[in-house]
Amino acid sequence: MGEAEPETDGPRIAAEARDRVRFEEEALALADQVYRVARRLVSTREEAEDLVQDTYGRAFRSWRSYTPGTNLRAWLLRILTNLNLDRGRKVQRTPDMQPIEEGDYYLANKMAEAQGEQVLDQDLVVEKLSQDSIVNALSSLPHDFRDTVVLVDIGEFSYADAAQILDIPIGTVMSRLHRGRRLLKQRLAEEAVS
Amino acid sequence: MTHGPCDACEELLQGYLDRQLTDAEVSQAESHLDSCDYCRRRYRFEASLRQYVQTTAAERMPPELMAKLTELRSAGA
Repeated sequence: MGEAEPETDGPRIAAEARDRVRFEEEALALADQVYRVARRLVSTREEAEDLVQDTYGRAFRSWRSYTPGTNLRAWLLRILTNLNLDRGRKVQRTPDMQPIEEGDYYLANKMAEAQGEQVLDQDLVVEKLSQDSIVNALSSLPHDFRDTVVLVDIGEFSYADAAQILDIPIGTVMSRLHRGRRLLKQRLAEEAVS
Repeated sequence: MTHGPCDACEELLQGYLDRQLTDAEVSQAESHLDSCDYCRRRYRFEASLRQYVQTTAAERMPPELMAKLTELRSAGA
C-alpha cells in the first residue's frame, strides 16, 4: 500500500515481486478445485462465483500472510469459508436437537428392501441415484454438517485440514462428518425409494 | 441374519473407509466382513457411494470466472 521503499531495497523488492507472482500463479492453478468446493457450500452458481472472486481478491491482497510450503488450497478455503460465514451464514445455527438419524447402512438397506438384496451386488447400483438427488441432498444438510461433508468428501481434505479451515476441533469434524453423512443417506433414501 | 456382530460392523464402517480405525478394529471389521455377505455388500455400496457423490457433485468452474480471477492479480491493481 504505497509504502516508501529506500532505493537500496531494489533487490528485495524485485524478490518480493517474484514471490508475489509465484503466489498468484499457484493460487490461480487451484481455482477450479476451490470453485468445486464453493459450489457445494452455497445454493447457486452465482453465489459460488461471487464467493470465489471475493476469496481471490482477499487472498491476493493478503498474500504475505500465507506461509510458503504450507497447504495453499486449505489456506484459500479458510478465507472462503470465513467469507461465507460473514455473508450472514450465521443465521442458521445447527440446532441442539438434531433430526433422528438412521444408521450407516440405512440407504443400502432401503435400496435392498425396494429391489432385493442382490441389487447391492451390482457394480453400478449407486448410479440409480440421480445427480439432482445427490445435489439436493447435499444442499439440504444443516450448514455445519454440509461444510464438513463438502470439505472432506468433495474437497478431499483430511480431518486435520477441515478442522483448521473451519476452526473447530478435529473431534467436532469427525462427529459432524459422521452425522452429516448419515443425514445425506437418509435424504437420498427418501428420494430413491419414494 | 445375526444382529449383534453386524451392528458392531456397521459402527466401524465410516472409520474403516476413512482409515481411522486402530489395527485391532480393522482386524475386527475384516474378519467379520470375510464371513458376512450382508455387511460386505454394504461396505462395498458405501465405498462406491462416496466415489459417486464426489464425481456427481463436482461442477467445473465456468471459464469466464478464471478470466475474472486473473484480472484481480496485482498486475491489474
